Amino acid sequence: MTEHRTNADTSAVENPVAPSPGSVAVERAAAADADRQSRSQSIMSGSVGRNLGLVVALVLICAAGVITTGDRFASVDNVLTILRLASTIGVVSIGMTFVITGGGFDLSVGAILALSSVWATTFATQNMAEDTHWLIMVFAALAVGAACGVVNGVLIAYGKVVPFITTLAMLAAARGLAEIISERRTQIVSVDGFRDAFSSDVLGVPLLVIIFLLVAAAGWVLLNRTTFGRRTLAVGGNPEAARLAGINVNRHTVMLYVLVGLCCGLAALMLVSRTTTGSATHGLYYELDAIAAVVIGGTLLSGGRGTIVGTVFGVLIFATLSNVFTLNNQDTSTQAVAKGLIIVVAVLLQQRLARRATAT
Amino acid sequence: MTDPTTPAHSSPLLEMRGIVKRFPGVLALDGVELEVRAGEVHCLLGQNGAGKSTLIKVLSASYLPDDGEILWDGEPVALATPQAAMTIGISTIYQELDLVPDLSVAENISLGHELSTVGFSHRGRTNQRARDLLARLGHAEIPATRSVGRLSPAAQQIVSLARALSHDTRLLVLDEPSAVLDQAEVSNLFRVIRELTSQGVAVVYISHRLEEIRQIGDRITVLKDGSTVATGLPVEDTPTSDLIRLMTGRSIEYVFPPRRDAASHVGDVVLEVSGLELAGVFSGVNLTVHAGEIVGLAGLVGAGRSEIIETLYGARRPAAGTVAVSGQPLRRGSVSAAVRAGVGLCPEERKSQGLLLDQAVYRNITVSSMGRFSRLGLLDSRAERRSARQVTDSLDVRPAGVDRLVRLLSGGNQQKVVLARWLLRECRVLLLDEPTRGVDVGARTEIYALVRSLADAGVAVVVVSSEVEEVLGLADRVLVVREGHVVHEGPADEIDESRVLDLVMEGEVA
Repeated sequence: MTEHRTNADTSAVENPVAPSPGSVAVERAAAADADRQSRSQSIMSGSVGRNLGLVVALVLICAAGVITTGDRFASVDNVLTILRLASTIGVVSIGMTFVITGGGFDLSVGAILALSSVWATTFATQNMAEDTHWLIMVFAALAVGAACGVVNGVLIAYGKVVPFITTLAMLAAARGLAEIISERRTQIVSVDGFRDAFSSDVLGVPLLVIIFLLVAAAGWVLLNRTTFGRRTLAVGGNPEAARLAGINVNRHTVMLYVLVGLCCGLAALMLVSRTTTGSATHGLYYELDAIAAVVIGGTLLSGGRGTIVGTVFGVLIFATLSNVFTLNNQDTSTQAVAKGLIIVVAVLLQQRLARRATAT
Repeated sequence: MTDPTTPAHSSPLLEMRGIVKRFPGVLALDGVELEVRAGEVHCLLGQNGAGKSTLIKVLSASYLPDDGEILWDGEPVALATPQAAMTIGISTIYQELDLVPDLSVAENISLGHELSTVGFSHRGRTNQRARDLLARLGHAEIPATRSVGRLSPAAQQIVSLARALSHDTRLLVLDEPSAVLDQAEVSNLFRVIRELTSQGVAVVYISHRLEEIRQIGDRITVLKDGSTVATGLPVEDTPTSDLIRLMTGRSIEYVFPPRRDAASHVGDVVLEVSGLELAGVFSGVNLTVHAGEIVGLAGLVGAGRSEIIETLYGARRPAAGTVAVSGQPLRRGSVSAAVRAGVGLCPEERKSQGLLLDQAVYRNITVSSMGRFSRLGLLDSRAERRSARQVTDSLDVRPAGVDRLVRLLSGGNQQKVVLARWLLRECRVLLLDEPTRGVDVGARTEIYALVRSLADAGVAVVVVSSEVEEVLGLADRVLVVREGHVVHEGPADEIDESRVLDLVMEGEVA
């Protein structure tokens, strides 16, 4: 009941004043100006403005690191360590950004990652990789990730099971399957080609970090510059309007879950290379970390608005925070509390900003 | 406005004087007068958009009036919140029933004023209260413990009535209560209404069906374009022709663009629909639209008009029938196929079905033609903006600026954005569902002119509207839909508004 009234009130504010016909041309020119202006403003509030809070947060955490641990924090090695740790969860978070922007949700990323890591490192896969090429392991991981994504996507888009339940089921099932396949043992990677390829450096930067940066860049282009990204925003913002505009919403939803599945497969390879093992315990709680990074980055949990840059910042903030805590010999429990606080503060701030944005 | 035949002792229970309600660009109520006496059934008549719904929302305090006075028992009252209205004894039963489907009948009836002691509910007494109220309504057979979602629509309505009575109601507002009921259920409802009025409850009854008003009503108030054109008309002494004249007489004249002469607009058949059926909603719909022709669908809300065009657009899956565009049959139930074949829809609910409100104007316009602006999936947003700007300029969308969020535009301009989408797409068939709902008078004229110019350019247009005048003024040919069937088809200039109203309300020619 009260909603009716507030609707009427806000729309009353929007009511434009009808201009006299004679002034239309002048007004149009002025509007074009305002158009340009508002675009540059939106760039301000878009890239820098909206991410300003994230930059400040990251700088504060870094400052805390420098003050408490000095050079142990501010060294090239340590920075690379942070980035290497951030890269795996970062790739998953990029995928998660797409699903959430498209109005979905995925709790199963960690489990899919575990299953991919196990499948890519079984005796059979590794034997085949030894016989042919280490890329077999890459294909295996990506294929498992994509297949899990297809299952999630089809159940959600065509089976009309809500994403929360579908991916909760996948979370349980995929990790269980990983345990069955690995017989709960840690599988050591013995394929040298794979180990060498993934642990290589490019100009002193670990390949894992480069993969993360490439995925982030590709994700940015995909979300902001392609028809796929535009459809993702439309489907997440208003699925009914998207459908009536001729977008195949169901097919697009499946593609979003396949995309996040592929990201999980890739992240699995990165984690396998970093730990030189495949295991059913890989990627535990990744779903929470990824969702946290996406949300504090500024992607709307209800869909329709997403930011890759924000997600990258979100990932870096958590990785740096965890590094600072570790260097200070703080246990992971304290870290978890700090993480929780950061999520709440970030979301509260975000809602303030959103309210201010709709008020103007 | 006092009726001279009124007995002196029957003073009005409710008086509404000079009620004004404004919405952006629309004056929904412009000085409405209404006077209701205890124990009478007061019927509210008017076409769609006349202001009936707004008026009852003011009465139930869902909307606050911008001006005017409400007297209750002769005393001025300010109805600030829905609770205040309920407290003085006004209950409203809307078309969409506001029951909680998973709660029991008794729990629904007591919702908001539960019988409890320190938070523990008295289930026995709650059920007993429900049984008493249902018995008073003559429906003791409805089990008080069954969940409401498992009841028939008619029984749900009785539960709503029982809930209203549980509040000590003195004025009951019924918004098209018969829409979901069959014949027997309607006469049962009437029996309940008579019972209530004999106990002194006043009823405001809204219906499109004149025959019902003849059966149940005592007096009639007619609304038109947001004002009262007649009030306190006795039901027995007012001929139907008078009522229709009152409902259709215009104070605002819309300007419709001229039709081309009949001979020149017969192009090729573009849209061909045959035997289309949607289970339980409509059946046997045949429709042929030529290039350059505008076909209008007239009918009441719920008659199946919107469903017909949504089904032929592929947004609903038909039980039977075919849709073909330029001779090519479309895949059933696929919007993408329809859009590919050159069909476009401007949906009824612009905000929830038509627009991406939090996205820029240009993105809303190019969303159906993205292929044209992309190479290998990469979008050229500069070209997008350029094309969008051309279309919005030609449609005079105000304020100009394709980067503005659609949410910030007025209703008429939002509608133009949806039209611009299909204009850019250069569609061959344009389906318009309530194209001028919530659109102010000036923008209406522009939209009419635009639709006609599209038709002149060879587009086949189908228009659905609740406003009969709009259908008749805009279309070349008119189909009248009543309860899922096409009951009339013919040229628009050979039928007038009152005949259409007769057809949609009574199903026969007066």
